[in-house]
Amino acid sequence: MTFAALDARAEHLLRELAPQVLGAVLRRFRDFAASEDAVQEALIAAAAQWPREGIPENPRGWLIHVALRRMTDHVRSEISRRNRETAALEDLPIVVAPAVHAEPHFDPDDTLVLLFMCCHPALSPASAIALTLRAVGGLTTAQIASAFLVPEATLAQRISRAKQSIKTSRVPFRMPDEKERAQRFGSVLHVLYLIFNEGYTTSSGPELQRADLSSESIRLTRAVHALAPEDAEVTGLLALMLLTDARRAARTGPVGELIPLDEQDRKLWDARAIAEGVALVSDALSKGCVGEYQLQAAIAAVHDEAARAEDTDWPQILALYTVLKHMSDNPIVTLNHAIATAMVRGPEQGLELLSALDGDARLSHGHRLDAVRAHLLERSGDHESAVALYRAAAEKTSSVPERNYLVMRAARLSEAT
Amino acid sequence: MKYMLMMNTRCGGYEEYMKWPKKVIEANIAFMIDFSRKLRAAGELVGAEGLASPTQAKLVRAGKDAKPITDGVFPESKEFLAGYWIVDVESAERAYQIAAEASTAPGVGDAPLMIEVREVLSSHKDLK
Repeated sequence: MTFAALDARAEHLLRELAPQVLGAVLRRFRDFAASEDAVQEALIAAAAQWPREGIPENPRGWLIHVALRRMTDHVRSEISRRNRETAALEDLPIVVAPAVHAEPHFDPDDTLVLLFMCCHPALSPASAIALTLRAVGGLTTAQIASAFLVPEATLAQRISRAKQSIKTSRVPFRMPDEKERAQRFGSVLHVLYLIFNEGYTTSSGPELQRADLSSESIRLTRAVHALAPEDAEVTGLLALMLLTDARRAARTGPVGELIPLDEQDRKLWDARAIAEGVALVSDALSKGCVGEYQLQAAIAAVHDEAARAEDTDWPQILALYTVLKHMSDNPIVTLNHAIATAMVRGPEQGLELLSALDGDARLSHGHRLDAVRAHLLERSGDHESAVALYRAAAEKTSSVPERNYLVMRAARLSEAT
Repeated sequence: MKYMLMMNTRCGGYEEYMKWPKKVIEANIAFMIDFSRKLRAAGELVGAEGLASPTQAKLVRAGKDAKPITDGVFPESKEFLAGYWIVDVESAERAYQIAAEASTAPGVGDAPLMIEVREVLSSHKDLK
């Protein structure tokens, strides 16, 4: 089931309302798993009914009403099932579910509380992502499954496992206290970042069948930013997404191969997204408390602000990566730091920094170290070694666009040599 | 009826592929993308995947304690599956026609490619 019959405005409205409706239902019933199912059914009912009958006057009230009715049905049948089972043994009075009255009040923080629930550190990242997209993003199971190219049954299972974890960990539906909030906020931002990355790195697949994960993560991060405008890392993450996504149209070539930053047609970059991202990251950095997302956004901004690749302010990028390297133990940061060093101080110095990563188990199965080393060797003029490493990297990557890029890079270089 | 169209290669096939001229590689990638797109548009494509190099492959079986025993790196002469399409078509003839088209993919040496066509048994639901 998809929202195919809905126009863009109605679909946007449904997605926007999904977490609000879920918050309202949860406040009444407390049962997260069942409430989330009821809201999903209400969304599907709207997708079937609204194109025929038009968008109701009070769409939020409509959805809450339908979801509460589903919930009441669910509770009634649960109670009568239990009553049937116990009535045979003891003669207990039959309990009836409470009736549904006026529309519950709306709390804008519901979206945030739901994100805290769905991105709970007890959940695996894959489960947290799936649950977030459904419960907060208002996507259907089918849409999420097609975005991740897995069968719908697999994804449904992932979601029900996530719900089970929430149930057993007894996460309550309320705002965590101040101390826990800061920590949980980190998990929320990480999940949003992973959703963005998933969309960004798989953007060359059979794109027409995919929900656009990058745009969805930007929409959700915007919502979080609106609820916590003073949080510099949320602002930084939103800026990072906008500044990276701005290059989307220039990132792939005619056969879906990746085009590296220095060869992209910068006229294809989205100037409006860049302007917004630059304003956001400048604002975040001025607030003092510098975090990893802000630094990554600042680096993206330096790239985006160069009119031509050769105008890139590499000393500035190197300075930012140096700060980032002190903050993070991530080997990808070390890789990028080596690239920036090579751009400022020459490829030999970059290659020297790479040797520190040779024994790193986190990189030993991947293709990245080989690919970066190949780039630096190419710059240093050792084309033969570069070609061999490009090919080694191509054999190791599990991404088709990346493999195509590396294979063609090797072919081009070996023909030029 | 469903058929699996299999493209096989020798273990060294990936290395040879990477040494093709850039223009041929480009043409090959463009052909594969276009081929899948056409099959999808015709409603005949069930699925298609390319597989990573056999240098990354392992043979696995269960040991006495049911834990996996892996075995790797294979002789050059062995044939490997490089990628496959599963198509849903009216007849075996149509599957052969599609396989013949896949066989014309641009490349160097050994062309046209040999494509192995196998009918997919209608499976029990529990296997999905």
